[in-house]
Order: sequence, then structure tokens, then C-alpha cells
Amino acid sequence: MSEPTPTAPVGLDEDLYRPIEQTGRGFYSMAAFFLAVFAFGVYQYIRQLRFGLGVTGMNQPVTWGFYIINFVFFIGISHAGTLISAILRLTQAEWRRPITRMAEVITAIVLAIGGLHPIIDLGRPDRLLNVFKWGRLQSPLLWDVMSITAYFAASTVYLYLPLIPDIARLRDRGTRPQWLYRFLSWNWQDTPQQRKVLHNAMNLLMILVIPVAVSVHTVISYIFAMTLEAGWHSTIFGPYFVAGAIFSGIAALMVVMIVFRKVYHLERYLKPIHFSNLAKLLLVMSIVWFYLTFSEYLTGFFGNEPAELDVLMTKISGPYAFPFWLMVFVNFVVPVALLSRKKTRSIPVILFVSVGIVVGMWIERLIIVVPSLAVPYVEFPQHAYWPSIAEIGIFAGAIAAFCLGFMVFAKFFPLICIWEIEEGRSEALEESVERFRSYLPDPPREDALKEGRP
Amino acid sequence: MSETTSQLRERRWGMVIDLDRCTGCGACVAACKAENNVPEVSRRDAFSGRVMNWIRVAHSESQERHGPSAAYPILCLHCDDPPCTKVCPVHATYVGVDGIVGQTYPRCIGCRYCMGACPYTVKVFNWHEPQWESELRAHTNPDVSLRPKGVVEKCTFCSHRLQTARDDAACESRDVEESDYQPACVEVCPARAMTFGDLRDPNSDVSSMARSPRSHRMLEELGTEPSVIYLKERERRV
Repeated sequence: MSEPTPTAPVGLDEDLYRPIEQTGRGFYSMAAFFLAVFAFGVYQYIRQLRFGLGVTGMNQPVTWGFYIINFVFFIGISHAGTLISAILRLTQAEWRRPITRMAEVITAIVLAIGGLHPIIDLGRPDRLLNVFKWGRLQSPLLWDVMSITAYFAASTVYLYLPLIPDIARLRDRGTRPQWLYRFLSWNWQDTPQQRKVLHNAMNLLMILVIPVAVSVHTVISYIFAMTLEAGWHSTIFGPYFVAGAIFSGIAALMVVMIVFRKVYHLERYLKPIHFSNLAKLLLVMSIVWFYLTFSEYLTGFFGNEPAELDVLMTKISGPYAFPFWLMVFVNFVVPVALLSRKKTRSIPVILFVSVGIVVGMWIERLIIVVPSLAVPYVEFPQHAYWPSIAEIGIFAGAIAAFCLGFMVFAKFFPLICIWEIEEGRSEALEESVERFRSYLPDPPREDALKEGRP
Repeated sequence: MSETTSQLRERRWGMVIDLDRCTGCGACVAACKAENNVPEVSRRDAFSGRVMNWIRVAHSESQERHGPSAAYPILCLHCDDPPCTKVCPVHATYVGVDGIVGQTYPRCIGCRYCMGACPYTVKVFNWHEPQWESELRAHTNPDVSLRPKGVVEKCTFCSHRLQTARDDAACESRDVEESDYQPACVEVCPARAMTFGDLRDPNSDVSSMARSPRSHRMLEELGTEPSVIYLKERERRV
């Protein structure tokens, strides 16, 4: 609650410092709630450690359940961030400026949570290090370990680098805890040299991070696609998973943006135009997702292979028919109906559609993981898979951990990249006019001369 | 040592199951359970689909859900090209020198990837710490290790018996004969529907039976090259 020091001028972006410097009662009560849910998840995990995976609802043949579904789901959400922000930065989409930070935070937190899920799923987590000691590089699980660690490293650095000038601003304002900002700002003085280094590093990382991000969900799809299971053994799984990941990522990003816009009064920064632009992106991804889903299932259906058809039929008309058609409805029908018209592309509608897509993409992961296992090639006694309290508790705990992580981040660091907004005002505006001029057929030199510049 | 290994390499243990003889009595299931210390599961676990058997008898209409009807004993088929060993992240399941697909329990991390990858669904998981009733615990087979909770297990073709046979043969300074080694299920089968032997030896019983026009392998089209061969008279269709 420290007042801004007199040396720091009261700028245009005071709104962005307020959540860090003032903490209301709402914050503590929400944090306590999420902490309680998280603690419940931890308790359930401890129970699982003690009694074995028997506390879950998994069985034979459904040997993978909620944990793997959530793993795929959370890692999918993580594509929101780094990938979206990197692509928007790379294409110099100027409207990205207030969005990138939130996207990157989502990535870092969700990746940490999602990355833990395969470990939660292990029967012997005490032997986790066998993966390094005896690791077989031929196993898709090892590809995953490598790809996810690389992505986590790249995306946390990619979150941290653009944060440095903002941390330095907080340090200069005298915001507490000073030691934290002093330590994390790396003596940033905003010199031209430092700016140049930062820009170079960011440029390098955003190019690097795109192939890494694409590899992550491709490799996750390979876990399934490399087996012979009907419904999994498919060549389009790589792009299908990546498209789904970006799709769910944008939706999650919109939900977070709308919530924090309301809570932290960021209406000045997150304008309807930002949501409208992202909604268009979401619409495109919805159509891409449907196209890939359609291709995937039509090939299975048309080929008429008994095993493939059995899995397909359990999905579209068997026990998984309700979630399947719900998925198609919320992932395709609703977004196309509501987002394709300017009239209905308002913020409340976008929130509704985005929540639907996040849920729908979770169902999609369920529809991919469970039915293929539940309908094996060879006759096997059938048992329905229902999650137990352990799986539900850990799922709730994971969501609470995400909310908590995001809230805590927002308590220490600005959710909107302040220096990028300032840079937008001071430099990018002219730059983009200049850039636009260069697209035109008229020779740019004359324009410059007209304005009286050499 | 290298001589012994090359000797072993020449064998490929395999099984032929004559479905026209199989009565589906389940003696193999019981024998296997006792021989290999396969734990009993609680009633609740049994109802939720966690029965532990290394061999099961499918009594359904058909083995492949679209094939002809039969009572099919299904055990690990010890594929030459197993989908399960390919996906294991830690070398906990592997193809042994004599074609037996083994499991290394102390190394398994319990990710259950191999269970999902196996097209025959023959692997089982220790969902809980395995338990036996007090008398049964005292009668566990000392040759077979007890598995801890959280690891995957499956049929090993009673490879501990092969080990014993090898030791005996070594004491007598000779090679392991085909007749020295038989899994428990083959031994007890009252209908003599199961035959065990060396598939690489062209003169063995299993080899000649494998050449029978009645022979087929489960899900042959997947190319897993199983070492378990089924015999069945094809149903005549008009």
C-alpha cells in the first residue's frame, strides 16, 4: 500500500499499478477459497500415494483417465500464451500490446500444472528418475519429457524478459517488496544498449518458441498416434492436437482477460476491439478444428474397418454420444453461429462462447483418450469408467492452483505490459504509419521530404 | 557364456492352443494364478474391472468381436514385434533372447502406457498393494517374485520354470531340452488343448501344429508376430 514516490511521475498507466499496490479483502477471500480447494486436491493425492492408484476410477481396460485427459487439456491451454503472443509479436499486430503478458502468464502456470499430471498418473512416482536413468528415447513418453521441459524453459524466459522493464518501474516507484524487484530487475536502467539487447533476445525467443510450442502438442498426440489402438493410430493427430490446443488456448485467454478486465478495471486497456479481433481468431480456429475432426472421423467411418468403426460408434451413438455431440455443439455450432456476426460479437457473448469452448475442448480430450481404451480389439469384460473423488479432487485442485497462481502473479507484476503500451504510444504509432506508407506504391522518400525530414 | 547365449537365441518359445479341444474349463486360469502369485483382488475391485489374471478365457461370441465364436484362452502372446515394449519409457518390458516378453517389476514406473498399447489387453496393473489371505500368503510360489503396488505385470510363459530348467541342464552339462520346460497352464490343461515348445525347431510339435491349415494368430493383420498360435476349424460359409 505504499504511495508512489515523488520522484516517479504520475503517468497515464496508474491503473496498472493499482492492483499491485493495493490489496482488497476480495483478494484474500478468493485466495483462501482457492487455497482450500487446492489443499483438498493435495490431500487426495496423498491418499493416492498411500493406497495406490486404486483410489481412482481407472480399471482394465480403461487404464488412462482424468489425469491423462487433464494433462492433454492443460498443455493444450498452455498454447494460448506463448504461441499466440509470439505469432502476434512476429506479425507486428499492434493490437497485441495489452494481451501478450496475460497469454504468457497462462502458459507458464498451466504448463507447470499440466506437466505434473503424468507424474500424478504414475503408479510409482518414487521411481520417476528411472526416466533419466533408464530412459528409452524410442518411447513417445520420453519425447514428451524433452519437448515439455524445453517449452517450459522457453516460455518462462519469454514471460520474464519483457517483464524486466516493468519490474524496474516497480522498483523505481518504491513498491514493496523492494528486494524482489531489485533482484528481478537485473539493474535495468532503460539505456539504449539494454533496450537493444532486450529486443534482440525477445526476437530470438519468439521465433524459437513457435516450433517448440508446435512440437509439444504434436508429441503429445504421438503418445496416442504411435500405438496401434483403433481411434488413436491416425496420421492427422499431430496437427489436430496443435489446432485444438491453440483453439482452447485462445478461449481460455479470453475468459481470463474478461475476468481480470472486470476485477482490475482494465476497460481502458482491453477494449472491445481486442476481443473482437481475438474472437475472429477463435472463429477461424473453430472452423479449422471442425475440419480436422470431420476428416478424422470420416476416414474412420468410410474405411469401415471393424475395430475403427466400433470405437467410432461408441463415440457417436454409444455411451459417449452425449459428450460427443455436446462437444460438436459448443466447439463448432455455437462459435460459428455467434462469432461470425458483428452484432453478436459482444463481450458477454464472447465470454459465454469461450467458456463453452474450454469445456468442449476438455470433452474432446475425453473423447480421444477414453473410448479407444474402453473398446479394445479383443473381447474384454466391459466396465464403465467413472472418475472417483480422488480424480475430481485433483482436477479441482489443479484448476484452483491455476487461479491462485494467476492471482499471485497479478499481485506482484502488472498484467499488462506497461512499457510495451508506452512504446506503442511513443514509437510504434509513428512506426506503423511509416510501415503502412511503405506498402503504398508512392515513393516513400517524397513523403519524408514533404514532412521536412531528410 | 556367449556360447550359452547363442544357444538360447536359437530357441523361440511358443504355444499352440487348439480351440477345437478347449472346453473353456478355466483350469489354466487357476493354475496360472497359483503358480505366479497373481494376487486376489477385493470384491469391490473385481466389480470395478480390476480382476488380475495373466490368462483369461473369453467365453463370448467371438474372440475378435467380428470373428467366429469360441472359448478363447487369452494370455500374453509374446509377440516378436510387441507394441508394448516399443512404448515403455524405461526398458521395464522387453523381448528376451528366447522370444519371451519380460517385465522388470523393480524398474516399472507404472505409467501404464504398455497396457494401452497392447492390442490384446493382456497386461494387468497392481491398483493396490497386493494382498493374500493368511494361508494363501504362506503358499505363494517362492520362485516368483511378489509385485509391489503400482506396477504392470503379465504372463511370462512361467519363465522361472525355464530358469530352473536351465540350472538343472547346466548341472548336467547339457542344453535345455524342449521337454524340460512347460508353463503351468499347459501342464494342467485337462483337454490337452495347449502345447508348448520351440517354434524355431522345425521338428517340434508346436512347429508342425503351427503349419496346420487350421492355424491362425490373433489380429495377424497388426503384424505383431505373436508366439501363441491358435488352431480352429474354419466355419464353412456358403
